[in-house]
Formats: sequence, C-alpha cells, structure tokens
Amino acid sequence: MTRDHRPSYLEIRDLRVVFDKFVAVDGVDLRVEQGDLRFLIGPNGAGKTTTIDAVTALAPAQGSINHNGHELVGRKTHKIVRYGVGRTFQTASVFEDLTVLQNLDIAAGLRRRPREMLRHRTGVSARITEVMKTTGLSDFQETKAGVLSHGQKQWLEIGMLMVQDANVLLLDEPVAGMSQDERDATGELLRKLAADHVVVVVEHDMEFLRKYAQSVTVMAAGKIIAEGTVAEVQANPTVQEIYLGTAGTKSLEEAKAEAEMLGLDPEAVTVGVPSATEREEH
Amino acid sequence: MTTTATPPATTTPSTTGARKLPSVAEGPGVWTTGPRGALIGLGIGAVLLLVVAPLTLGGFGLDLLGRYLCMAMVAVGIGLVWGRGGMLAMGQGVYFGLGAYIMAMHMTLADTTLEGESIPTFMRQNGVERLPELWGIVQHPVIAVAAIILVPTAVAGLLGWAIFSRRVKGAYFAILSQALAAAFAVLIIGQPVLTNGSNGLSNFQSLFGWDLDDSGNRLVLFLVVAVILLAMLAVTWQLYRSRFGELLVAVRDQEERVRFLGYDPALIKTVAYMIAALFAAIGGALFVPVVGIISPADIGVVPSIAFLIGVAIGGRATWLGPVLGSIAVSFAGTQLASAFPSAWVYLQGLLFVLVIGFLPGGLASVIGLLRRRRPEGRGGGRGDGSAGAPDEPGDDPQDTTREATEPEAAR
Ligand SMILES: Nc1ncnc2c1ncn2[C@@H]1O[C@H](COP(=O)(O)OP(=O)(O)OP(=O)(O)O)[C@@H](O)[C@H]1O
Ligand SMILES: [Mg+2]
Repeated sequence: MTRDHRPSYLEIRDLRVVFDKFVAVDGVDLRVEQGDLRFLIGPNGAGKTTTIDAVTALAPAQGSINHNGHELVGRKTHKIVRYGVGRTFQTASVFEDLTVLQNLDIAAGLRRRPREMLRHRTGVSARITEVMKTTGLSDFQETKAGVLSHGQKQWLEIGMLMVQDANVLLLDEPVAGMSQDERDATGELLRKLAADHVVVVVEHDMEFLRKYAQSVTVMAAGKIIAEGTVAEVQANPTVQEIYLGTAGTKSLEEAKAEAEMLGLDPEAVTVGVPSATEREEH
Repeated sequence: MTTTATPPATTTPSTTGARKLPSVAEGPGVWTTGPRGALIGLGIGAVLLLVVAPLTLGGFGLDLLGRYLCMAMVAVGIGLVWGRGGMLAMGQGVYFGLGAYIMAMHMTLADTTLEGESIPTFMRQNGVERLPELWGIVQHPVIAVAAIILVPTAVAGLLGWAIFSRRVKGAYFAILSQALAAAFAVLIIGQPVLTNGSNGLSNFQSLFGWDLDDSGNRLVLFLVVAVILLAMLAVTWQLYRSRFGELLVAVRDQEERVRFLGYDPALIKTVAYMIAALFAAIGGALFVPVVGIISPADIGVVPSIAFLIGVAIGGRATWLGPVLGSIAVSFAGTQLASAFPSAWVYLQGLLFVLVIGFLPGGLASVIGLLRRRRPEGRGGGRGDGSAGAPDEPGDDPQDTTREATEPEAAR
C-alpha cells in the first residue's frame, strides 16, 4: 500500500516517554523505511517496548512520530491503527475464545460499513484465505485461537496485521518461544513483508537477528546508542561495552549468549544480574 | 511460502464450526443456533404464545403472561449488554421507566380528552391550570410512539458514550448504572405535579382509541406484545451471529486488544447499550396498557436488579437464556409472593448470589454440559508444548499475566 510510489516510512523525532518521573524513552530519533528490515535491540528495560507503545498511543509520548506525513502523537490508538500502524505484543494476545477465522475476520474489518457489520460472515474472503495459507494456519481455520501453539499464536497475530492492511508493522519479540523451524519460517515471512511494509522487529534472539536483520538500532537506558548494519553495530565499541558489561537486568548466561551471538568474547562478560525479572517468555 | 506448522495435539472441533456462536468464558456456548434452529425456536415460541396461551389462559392469565413478556424484553436487552458485551447494566429500570412514562403520559392525556377535560385529574387536584409542555408534546400518538423509541435510545447513547469513552467499566459501570436508576426514581417522585409522584399513573381506559376493558382488545394487545418479543429475539439472534456480535464478544474479552485493530470499543459498547435501552423502553411502554399502572416502584433500584436475576439464571450469554429465565423468575415470583410475601425477595437474592457464584453460565450451561457430554476443554490438549508452553495463558481469558503486561495496566 504505497502511496504514489513513494516508499512508506515511519519517522520518530526526539521521542520522550516519562512515567511519573522515570524517563523510559529519552530523546529517541528513528527513521525506518519500507524495504528495510529493521531490528530494534537492547538490554531488558532499554525502552524498546515503550517506544512501540508510544507509537501506538499506549504510552504518553512527547516529540514527533510521523507516518507518511501523518503526525501520530496526540491521536488515539484506534485512529493510529487506521492510519496503517499495526503492532503485536510481547505476550501473544489473540482472541482465545474465537476461532482463527473469526480472529482474522475481526482484524480485517476496520473499514467495514455498518451494514456489513450487522450481517453474518458468509464465506471466507480471498485475502483471509491467502493470509491463512501464508501463515500456515489454513488447517486451523475453525480452531479456537486459545488452543493454538505459541508459535501459531504469534503467526496469527502477524496474519491479523496482514489482513488489517497495516503498512507499519511493529513486532515485539515475534519469535520468542518458537522452535528453530518456526523461527526460520517467521524470518522468511518478515523478509517478504519488509518489501512493501515498514517493519520494526524487537528481538533478543541474536542468531535470528544476524540471519534476517537488514539494519539494526541499539537502545540502552532509553537512548539510541548505535545504528547501522549488523556488522557495523557489532563493531561499535559502545554496543560492545553494553553487551559485555553493565548489561541491564539479564542473567549472566543470557548476557554471555547475547555477546557471543554478537561475535564478542562471552568470557569478557562480567556483570549480570540474575533474571528474577519480569521476562515471562523465557 | 509454506511454513511448517506444528499442529496442536487437539482434536479440531470440525463439526461445531462456522455457525457456532462464541461461547461464554465460563461455559460452553449453548443453544448455539443456526438459521434452522432459530426458526424452530421462534416457531415453538410463536405457537406457544400466539396459539396455546390464548386458547388455554383466561383473561387474567393472559394479562399476567403479558406482563412477564414485557419484563422479558428488558431481559433480552440485558443479555446483549451483559452476556455478550460484559457490561453489567444494573439500571435498565431507567429506560424501562422512560418508555413506560411516555406511554402513560400519552394514555392519561388521551383519557382526559375523552372525558372532555384538558388537564389530567391528578394535576387539577394539584392546582395546575395549564397543561405542562412536557405533556403536550406526547399528546399525538405518532409523536408518543416516536418518543418512546427515540428518547431512551438517545439518552442511552449520550450516557453510554460519556461512560464508555472514559473507559469506565466493570464494577464502576455497574454502580454508576445503578445510581442512575436510583436518581431517576427520585426524580420522578420529586415531581408530583408532573408525574403524580410515588402514586404513579394508572386507571387507563384506552390505548390509541381502543377500549382497554374490552377482552377482544386485550387479546390483541397480548398478541402484539408476544409478536414484538419474538421480533426482538429474532433481532438478537441476527446480532449474535453478525460481525457486530463477534466484535462485541471480542470487546468483552479483550477490550484493549480490539483498540489495536482500529476499532473504538466505546462505540461498539454504546451501540449495544442503546439497543438494550430500546428493548427496555418498548417493554416499559407495553407494560403500561397491559398492567394498567406505572409507578416509581416499578423502575428504581430493586426492579432494575430484579431484571438481572432472570438473565443470570437463564444464562446471560445465550440466545434464549435471558428470556426464559426472566419469564420463569416472574412466574415463580407471582406464585411465591402470594404464598410467602416477604420470603420471595430473599429467595430471589439468594438465587442470584448462588447462580453468579456457582453457575455463572446460568442454568443454560447445565443443559449445554448435558447436551455435549464433552469436557469443557478449551485449555485441554493444547499445543504440544515444544513452543514455549510457560507462556500459555490460563483458562481464564482475562488472564492476569496479560492484564499486567498490557494495555489495561498502562492507563
Ligand atoms: N507503564 C509504566 N510505568 C512505569 N514504568 C514503566 C512502564 N512501562 C515501562 N516502564 C519502565 O520503562 C522501562 C523500559 O521498559 P520497556 O518495557 O520499554 O523495556 P524493553 O526494552 O522492552 O525491555 P524487554 O527487553 O525486557 O522487553 C523499564 O524500566 C520499565 O520498568
Ligand atoms: Mg519489551
């Protein structure tokens, strides 16, 4: 859904998110264009999720967030979604009591007329059929979303973004808890989607990042500390320092693993706080 | 591209597919009905109400049943907002009362005119010399009917939008709606010159020129009431299977998630609330000629809660549960109230507590369980667990982990 052939973009300028007195996002500038596959990484508590929350009006934003010429700051969530911004959540949140088809149908409905709303769904639209195929959910059309596997729920979420005609896809840890095969399938899907969507992926999985990221933005303590290709970011001394040393609230093992994935020496990791944190997905 | 999907190790419920209404969180979806089932259900209802009842019941019995049917209209609306929409509307007496009072004012005026007077007796006794404008408006029958339909719906629209767009929900909404009912009753009692206060309006002779003492006319009135109730059931059936109905359930279960699909939950909830208000108002308006009196005692807090009891007992999220529950409770009330006048109120309260506490799906869920003889296994046999099982939400759709990590908590 490009408008007059100009590539779509999401441009965040000087974004600040303050909770009470705690500054969770502190002057973030971020521009992502269609065709890129941008990964947003950083230690726990860096402010990645909060940045996405700010774009979707879930967190109080100051600054400017521009999507294809539309200013998003100050608008309500459902309006922002109508401008074409879609997101997934760190914890998959599909409608568990509804079937896969019903989930997708609801997601596809935001531009439906009132009269259509009052009618029963007859048949399955070509678009939904196609998306179910792409996300491997065709066989589960009538399955309640609540009984899907974790990976399938994540796919269903991505599928919902696709049928909703979102132009900006903000994915918060989409492969957390997926098997290797599922990760690869998801990576391929994201790569495809990035061709005609603005895609931002928040991820902790560094192997996944190295395989699929086109560009990387690194956040720490509410600020952006580096941006570039995977290789550039790996070579960045500040990034190395953050991933090797004072790395937030991760456990030592996790920090070492991440450092290794980044191509650094895991034994150089010194500090690590045991992960009695709020990370539910591991 | 094709992805390698790990099929969940559950038996896909293939037979209970597309037609199925979304189930209630606390029980399997019962009386889930396709077009054929709906026609059968409505057909049985029509035969019972339009043929069997008039043939077997005397005038008194018909009046009583007609009264139950009027109350049941409120229940149908409550089923929509509460059962499907999750809004515990404890103040439907307001809309019932609005419909009823508009109708009662119109009928009182019509009778007054027939008697050759210009001002109702109770007003003259209060020393009123000119008909208040509020009354003058509803003198014409067409305007009265229009007002019965439009006024409560508009009030519900304004109130609903004000409440839901401020994200007032759950117990706060319940308390607020109940306070509205209390305030409305107080308002009516406080305006004896306009409303005849706590005495209410009664002694109606005619409706739209038809003599209400005539037994043939009363039969027609009953049939009209029955047909309107059946029509409301047909409308809710269509609503429940429509996309709007699915969306309403989605809003009930995960309001914040719906926002991220581009919908405004406040709008969806307001529409449901308006429909329920309309049903309640029509029930109230028909209640007046059928029963012959409307007073603040019929519309305040206590009757507002009484409306809920039948809905809860019958199964609030089911299609026919609210209407059947409501009629059953009304019937039991009449029987028991004459035998043990004071005990009935307590028994009603007890029943309500028991059902809400132990059988949130209502009696309908028992029937559903028996019919299916299938364990309620939404969470049973889910994915094979290789994929991050620790994250699986529990059986409650309002899973606490999600509530904590997501939208709701942030506001
Ligand atoms: N609603 C809130 N109120 C107060 N503080 C918050 C709120 N939401 C997030 N924070 C804080 O903001 C900081 C950034 O959190 P955020 O969730 O954005 O981190 P993250 O980079 O997504 O981390 P993770 O990798 O663990 O998901 C954290 O310190 C968090 O405690
Ligand atoms: Mg996060």
